[in-house]
Amino acid sequence: MGFEKFGWVSYASQTRVSKFIDYLQDGKICGTKCKECGCLQFPPRAHCIRCLSNDFEWKELSGDCVLITYTRVDASPATFKDQAPYLLGLAEFSEGPKVFAWVDNRIPEEQITPGMKMKLKASKLPNGNLSYLLTKPEGA
Amino acid sequence: MRVGIVGIGQTKFGKLSDSSSRELVADAFKEALSDAGLARKDISTLVVCSGSHYDKQRSPAGIMAEYLGLNPTPTFHVEAACASSGVGVRVAWSMIQAGLHEIVAVVGFQKMTELDAAEVQDVMSRSGDVMWESPFGPTIPAYYAMHARAHMNRYGTTEEQFALVSVKNHKYGAKNPYAMFQKELTVGDVMKSRVVASPLKLYDCCANADGAACVLLAGEKKARRITDTPIWVAGLGLASSPMSLTSRSEFASFECSVQAARQAYKMAKVTARDLDVAEVHDSFSSAEVINYEDLGFCRRGEGGKFIEDGQTYIGGRIPVNVDGGLLAKGHPVGATGAAHIISIAKQLRNEAGASQVPKAKVGLAHNIGGIGMYAVCTVLRAS
Repeated sequence: MGFEKFGWVSYASQTRVSKFIDYLQDGKICGTKCKECGCLQFPPRAHCIRCLSNDFEWKELSGDCVLITYTRVDASPATFKDQAPYLLGLAEFSEGPKVFAWVDNRIPEEQITPGMKMKLKASKLPNGNLSYLLTKPEGA
Repeated sequence: MRVGIVGIGQTKFGKLSDSSSRELVADAFKEALSDAGLARKDISTLVVCSGSHYDKQRSPAGIMAEYLGLNPTPTFHVEAACASSGVGVRVAWSMIQAGLHEIVAVVGFQKMTELDAAEVQDVMSRSGDVMWESPFGPTIPAYYAMHARAHMNRYGTTEEQFALVSVKNHKYGAKNPYAMFQKELTVGDVMKSRVVASPLKLYDCCANADGAACVLLAGEKKARRITDTPIWVAGLGLASSPMSLTSRSEFASFECSVQAARQAYKMAKVTARDLDVAEVHDSFSSAEVINYEDLGFCRRGEGGKFIEDGQTYIGGRIPVNVDGGLLAKGHPVGATGAAHIISIAKQLRNEAGASQVPKAKVGLAHNIGGIGMYAVCTVLRAS
């Protein structure tokens, strides 16, 4: 599977981290971990941010995260018109790195607060592409 | 050697549907030459600044140098999103300092209203990390809205406080014949306007616009022969922050602004308190509030109170964006940096008319590029 399968619209298809999509297909959210210095990164990178080493391995993340900030996009680009309004969120994984993603639209905006616990889950989009989504943790 | 601004010129900003980008550039360039009393043959380099992809012309420096009749004068393109022409001035300063060129023309332009709305939106939706963030349809307002929300969450800043910025800037824009919007607004007008990306509403956001602005610079000896009122470039600052939100650590602040201001103040041997007037990047009302803190005008978290207390009106602690800012002038991306510098230069030359800050001697021009990847600061000093 290639990176062209990522997101509602994908603008990139050629990358050394396309294995991310295979993991996503299996329902797994994976980051890259540098074999040289141990730095864990999300989104995945082929060059370590800390030491620029190309030697990395894949590491599955728990998906547990905390919301840092968000917005509801009413005025969307034309390509996203059918999805609007949608919620964009930025969250920090319990493992450290951060993620930028849609927030589950079924959560009323009034219930969304920075600091709330969330869970990042792999998701399949209506157009057949793969993505991930910030959802309420089970039982919340 | 000191480097000074010897000529300034700009077009009106707005939906200028009768003009192409090259025509706007020529208008701004001509006005600057006339302001300086210079001729085309005096220009040793043309630095062309604009954001990418807003119109169909590739490699714009090429067409601009040709249209202005400057071939074979050196020319090249500088791009740093909304910070493009601020960075262009930095580059001009450097070349003059190095003795490579004597009189440099920096022209910033943007033509944003010719492509149809869908095309422009698609371009702008790729303003962040195109691999990991653009697939979720973030708009530029969405990115700034997330910063606004972070500021509200941490400091209790309110939407009404953000709205006060729009009110101030539209009040001053109404006095500026170059501004796109010449109507005053109330807080009620802002609060009732439709949501673009929560909490930002229509009047919290600047508008895409067409326009061009030109600044001519020269080294001290040359500058003094050209004009009695050279405006000295006293301090420069430039810094970068990650494009991806996931790589940033602060969301109630733009770290690159903090760094750029620090550098510019240090070089100019000033502190924020020494500034008489400032032009800051108010692409969004909330951004201006954050800018007050990042640039050291007030304490962290007190940006909302600062505008509420009227401290950024003429007569307040530091007049900010009293030419209308981006919110009232419109935001032709590549032209904005040079236009900020022109507004400060006018203040320091005592030519700011109805919005003159009395006895302005030191001013700051600040821009954030795009969604916060670049911040450029220029401290100017009257002769």
